[in-house]
Amino acid sequence: MITVESLTRRYAGFTAVDNVSFTAQPGRVTGFLGPNGAGKSTTMRVMVGLTVPTSGTATINGERFADLPNPGLEVGVLLDASAQHAGRTGREILSVAAATMGLPGSRVDEMLELVSLTPTEAKRRVRNYSLGMRQRLGIATALLGDPKVLILDEPANGLDPAGIRWMRDLLTGFASQGGTVLLSSHLLHEIEVIADDLVVIGNGKIVASGTKEELLAAAGTLARSTSPRDLAHALEQAGIPSTLAGDGSVRTDADPARVGTVALTAGIALTELRSAEGAGLEDMFLSLTADTQREGVAA
Amino acid sequence: MTATTVSPTTSTDITEAAPVRRTARPIPTARLIKVELRKMFNTRSGFWMLISIGALSVIATGAVIIFAPDSAVTYENFAAAIGFPMSVILPMIAILGVTSEWSQRSGLTTFTLVPSRGRVIGAKAIATFLVGIVSMAVAFAVGALGNLAGSTLAGVDTVWDISLATAPQIVLGNLVGMAIGFTLGVVLRNSAAAIVGYFVVSLVLPGILALLASVREWFYDLQPWIDWNYTQVSLFEGATNTTKEWAMLGSTTMIWIVVPLVVGLLFLRRSEVK
Repeated sequence: MITVESLTRRYAGFTAVDNVSFTAQPGRVTGFLGPNGAGKSTTMRVMVGLTVPTSGTATINGERFADLPNPGLEVGVLLDASAQHAGRTGREILSVAAATMGLPGSRVDEMLELVSLTPTEAKRRVRNYSLGMRQRLGIATALLGDPKVLILDEPANGLDPAGIRWMRDLLTGFASQGGTVLLSSHLLHEIEVIADDLVVIGNGKIVASGTKEELLAAAGTLARSTSPRDLAHALEQAGIPSTLAGDGSVRTDADPARVGTVALTAGIALTELRSAEGAGLEDMFLSLTADTQREGVAA
Repeated sequence: MTATTVSPTTSTDITEAAPVRRTARPIPTARLIKVELRKMFNTRSGFWMLISIGALSVIATGAVIIFAPDSAVTYENFAAAIGFPMSVILPMIAILGVTSEWSQRSGLTTFTLVPSRGRVIGAKAIATFLVGIVSMAVAFAVGALGNLAGSTLAGVDTVWDISLATAPQIVLGNLVGMAIGFTLGVVLRNSAAAIVGYFVVSLVLPGILALLASVREWFYDLQPWIDWNYTQVSLFEGATNTTKEWAMLGSTTMIWIVVPLVVGLLFLRRSEVK
């Protein structure tokens, strides 16, 4: 379990992480979301002791990361796949990590196989690796010590579709065996498929956290009909505020059952009616972080 | 200690749902030193530096045999010829051993696997020291072979003109150079800056200080106490003998190595690894 309590990190002039608290539970995948520069990476660096917090704490199973006797065996960390010595071979990077943790060399081969890096690729120097290969190597390093907790920053970056699917299965499997997974990503679809819990951060502050179902339920209902204007009007008559989106869909905070009833009474044929899940995470993400978006998203 | 026999617990004791908290043992320092030694030479640059130490020793020895007049075929000249490239490469190895963690960003992995940065830097210091000692042993050995071969080829008596008292001073002189490089690495934490910095303090600074000493008499007496090159050259010549000379070495070591190293470490331990 990862516990972050009232974590704050200030730099000269600005606060990167502002009083952030959340937990990542064992047996669940926790998705960590936020726009660029929201403080995701800083929070993760504080968790693993690379950045000293201004105040607050981050603990892994109740202990500070820096107090773990051999952290590699308890926490798998991948913060930046490109942060490797370019002049070392992939295999050598794993071997050095294995030697540090006190693991046998055979573990290196197991990991290379797990992340599908061929022996030839493993012999090449990392400067010649594609981002996807670096990402695989980083995941191999994180899993090397057979940890119970994973902290991954943008692990799907640069992976091909098959790689993304593989990673998803890997992390879901890891969590189902009782492991704790915290992963950040910009790829909302990825997070939506994989995460059980969500933590959304904007401008260094937590703007939402909870289970995926809770958060997406809050995103309301999406309905389509052949005449969206009539539907929006009918909803308004029934006292349900709604918005008519450019693509002809109607969104409201009311639950789908109510929207269906209203449509039936008004005699409007619906072509689609569902909880706003799906496109929901993106909408939720944009609306929650609207104040903190660079683009100042037009609502 | 009493030997306790652990009876195998029945597997039903452990439920799969609750992951057992493993009691990991702290990483032993000897392992860290071994890892740091490996990291110094398992990169392309590290590998070639290791090769170049060997190659330059042999080339320098060959050059003395070919070009030196018969009277100059002495162990001291062989040692000096090998010593010069060595005194440049060894500090570079010391610098890169530290700075690559930042410049190549491998520190992200290193310091998450071993959160105690003081221990990592300590292990690097010991690894650097060992590399220095072994390299010097190789240099002396190659020089001795060269001296034997050279004197045989020239048909002159083999001259062993480095005393047992001088050899440790030459080794110490090289270790001082490595320590300067190591210190610059810890303080600057950037490969390019530290290498440039090393050439500034080892090539530019001595000239300035010598000039100052020649125009300002009060500085003439002070120079040996603050110019680390001055005391290093004295070590290379085996001329650090009196208490005063050792005190001068202590003084320059304090100014250029101990104090900046301590300050650099304090900053390094709290700095952000990105």
